[in-house]
Amino acid sequence: MSTIIESPRQPQQRASKGRVNWEKYGWIYMRASGVLLIILIFGHLFVNLVQGDGIKAIDFAFVAGKYATPFWQIWDVVMLWLAMIHGSNGMRTIVNDYASNPTVRRILLGALFVAAVVLIVLGTLVVFTFDPCSTLIPADQALSFCPVP
Amino acid sequence: MATATLDKESPANSTTSFTVTMMVRRFNPEVDEEPRWQDFDVELYPTDRVLDALHKIKWEQDGSLTFRRSCAHGVCGSDAMRINGRNRLACKTLMKDLDITKPIYVEAIKGLPLEKDLVVDMEPFFASYREVQPFLQASSKPDKERLQSATERARFDDTTKCILCAACTSSCPVFWTDGQYFGPAAIVNAHRFIFDSRDEASSVRLDILNDKEGVWRCRTTFNCSEACPRGIQVTQAIAEVKQAIMFGKR
Repeated sequence: MSTIIESPRQPQQRASKGRVNWEKYGWIYMRASGVLLIILIFGHLFVNLVQGDGIKAIDFAFVAGKYATPFWQIWDVVMLWLAMIHGSNGMRTIVNDYASNPTVRRILLGALFVAAVVLIVLGTLVVFTFDPCSTLIPADQALSFCPVP
Repeated sequence: MATATLDKESPANSTTSFTVTMMVRRFNPEVDEEPRWQDFDVELYPTDRVLDALHKIKWEQDGSLTFRRSCAHGVCGSDAMRINGRNRLACKTLMKDLDITKPIYVEAIKGLPLEKDLVVDMEPFFASYREVQPFLQASSKPDKERLQSATERARFDDTTKCILCAACTSSCPVFWTDGQYFGPAAIVNAHRFIFDSRDEASSVRLDILNDKEGVWRCRTTFNCSEACPRGIQVTQAIAEVKQAIMFGKR
């Protein structure tokens, strides 16, 4: 004698069914970008602060020299994007934890998003449009190879 | 054996009784707007547990004190509460392990609706437990029994220890603020079946936990592993479920 037992309940349908699970990709992004950022940031710190003359070497000419090579342009832009998104996503988690009021939460998350986008856009713009001979630089601080106006 | 290594100077190590101040966070929904702390002086022995102190208060001083307990021996999972700021079972916390020179603070577990004194509404906790389908799902019907090797059994041994006391879930900061998160206990019980070689619905459970409010909300704070009175490596179990979602079961 056997009794057929019905399935005790239907599988739960959560809201995000069928949509892209951003929390999952956010979690993976935090891990992947974290590993990359360790290399990028410590490489950046070593080149800027330790190698050669160390911290004394840093001046306008040093930065101009770095941004003259595509290698450091790419390095800095990748670092900027990864770090800004990584940091903002971490801040988003903290806001979600502490801001229980929906309006406050939306305002904080919006401000966070705007700040991240503005900083990423401005930073990228600076790296790729950097002009060591800009006319905005005072004549006494201009680099030696720049044409004298 | 254990008593020999303990600090002899602590009054809690002597066999004579001592008076302890118990600070209990009381809440009577019919009278109180907010929970309030009430102190009780209780005569106890070092071998007494926090549960014994609560019993003494209820039986000898104030019969209105409300708390849950069933087996009183650390198996039923009824008396999880916040003792000196940590989630523990009242029946497994001995007086000799607490600093009795200061008051002992006892309050209900956090993150679940407070009903009265130390009693909370466990329904949200059990709702997310039910959602992960914590029962064996197998299509075939064996003649005698479902065979499993010792290694296959060992794979999920740790998560079989759960007694559903909610100490882990109610210690989780994500659970406190996000009412939708499954919580560690539900994930532990999903883990118990996901890694069970006899079960066939692990992909269904992984799908359920691969949710916006699923395992990805865990931030490895380790509060749950610290709170578990059964010593389950809860954070590790959650990490294994994350790995199973990403790379498949191993």
